[in-house]
Amino acid sequence: MSANLMTALQQGSALEARDLDVYYGKAHAVSGVSIRFKPNTITAIIGPSGCGKSTVLRCLNRMHEVVKDAYVTGEVLLNNENIYMPQIDPVRIRRRIGMVFQKPNPFPMMSVYENVIAGFKLNRGTPKHVNFDEVVERSLRSAALWDEVKDKLNVSGAALSGGQQQRLCIARAIAVEPEVLLMDEPCSALDPISTRKIEDLMQELVKHYTIVLVTHNMQQAMRASEMTAFMLADERRIGQLVEYAPTQQLFKNPSDPRTEDYVSGRIG
Amino acid sequence: MAGLLGSLTLISVTILFLIVGYITIQGIGGINLAFFTDIPKPMGQDGGGIAQAILGTLEMLAVGALIAVPLGVGTGIYMAEYGGGKLNSMIRFSLEILASLPSIVIGVFVWALVVRSLGSFSGLAGAFALSIVMVPIIGGSVDEILRLVPNSLREAGLALGVPRWRVILQVVIPTVLPGIFTGVVLGVARAAGETAPLLLTALGNEFINTDLLKPMGAMPLQIYNYALSPYPEWHQKAWAATLVLVLVIALFSAGVRITTRKFRYVR
Repeated sequence: MSANLMTALQQGSALEARDLDVYYGKAHAVSGVSIRFKPNTITAIIGPSGCGKSTVLRCLNRMHEVVKDAYVTGEVLLNNENIYMPQIDPVRIRRRIGMVFQKPNPFPMMSVYENVIAGFKLNRGTPKHVNFDEVVERSLRSAALWDEVKDKLNVSGAALSGGQQQRLCIARAIAVEPEVLLMDEPCSALDPISTRKIEDLMQELVKHYTIVLVTHNMQQAMRASEMTAFMLADERRIGQLVEYAPTQQLFKNPSDPRTEDYVSGRIG
Repeated sequence: MAGLLGSLTLISVTILFLIVGYITIQGIGGINLAFFTDIPKPMGQDGGGIAQAILGTLEMLAVGALIAVPLGVGTGIYMAEYGGGKLNSMIRFSLEILASLPSIVIGVFVWALVVRSLGSFSGLAGAFALSIVMVPIIGGSVDEILRLVPNSLREAGLALGVPRWRVILQVVIPTVLPGIFTGVVLGVARAAGETAPLLLTALGNEFINTDLLKPMGAMPLQIYNYALSPYPEWHQKAWAATLVLVLVIALFSAGVRITTRKFRYVR
């Protein structure tokens, strides 16, 4: 394992968007977002539906490119290196910036064990000395799932409960030791108890990773995050970053009246 | 109203039972072991079967599938995973036209292209013609089945830093492999019963022949030949061969039904 990966084990990387504009074909979805995500910090992005928060998140590891005709202008810097430089392969970026989706999406044809190491198995060039048993146990422990599944590593990933599936997806994402973890409303399909487990888990994960959490649940942002960004679509339905501040400050003492309207429940 | 529509429906469904029932009554008496193991005998001799026709059909289906499966499956994957919007509707339209071509047209085309240039009717030409029947059916069903795979699975793979082609080969396709198999079987079953494309290509053969460059027997052709003869004994054999063909195709369909029932991947 390279020295680079070893440090990533201990520390997350800084991630920064500069003047980010996102387009889907001719549709302008997000405009002028500049934001710096601090390393080893949970940053929440909140805002009403359609404000572009998930779109911004998907730009951070170039997943938005999966949509046909989607493109961005501006920069996204991972440790001060622009991931949109033409010579950079988005596939490599996604190995460094992992993602957890709204709906748990374990691979149904794979066992729990295979799901965790899917990031290695689906790629060639896995270092020979990777001990998969170790990776599986470490990742599942980190995802607070080991005790629940250690006796059923061979059952299908789809056979677990929704909350377990989502933690399996987190284990799968961290197994390849990314520097940043993007979480797109990871609890919106889960019950309160599973939600609680994942929020607790995030507090552990943030010691090793930089976490960006998109949520429509303001209580979750307040409970889980240190920094919060508030986004809102303007009258042309183009998403913008309205305010970015420490979570306590953003909710208790927002500087923008639109933020105050939203966090006090007057809009959204 | 419901009564009228019900009666019309009853008639439609009854047609199937009439056909199958009549074929069974007419054909069952001609079926015995020798019917499967003997080749046709000259008029006047007892016995004689369809062994060479069964063999020829199987061989041409196999060679036809060898050509059609890569083409059809590749086209289906391309449409579902890479093609977009306008291009896709053009491809789909072309496949639909190809599927709806009168099958004699395929026969004429392959005759002009393969039979004339090789100088002889052949099993190979027959296999080509059957593969043209298979391609649009396989392509269309592979496209449809791949669209059942939720996008969230593709995204899960891509987000792990897996290149797109690997996600398709190692995540998407394994997830719906039984469905893809079903599409292939449907295409092959459809080709199994085709007569017109073989008339001008494989021609038919009364003797056992496995050489792809020579004329080859096939079950639909054998039925055609037996049925056109003036002899009642041969008519009986035509009925029996028809029954066998129907049973073989029914077996294919039943197999498909069973595998698709087991396989339900919708999320």
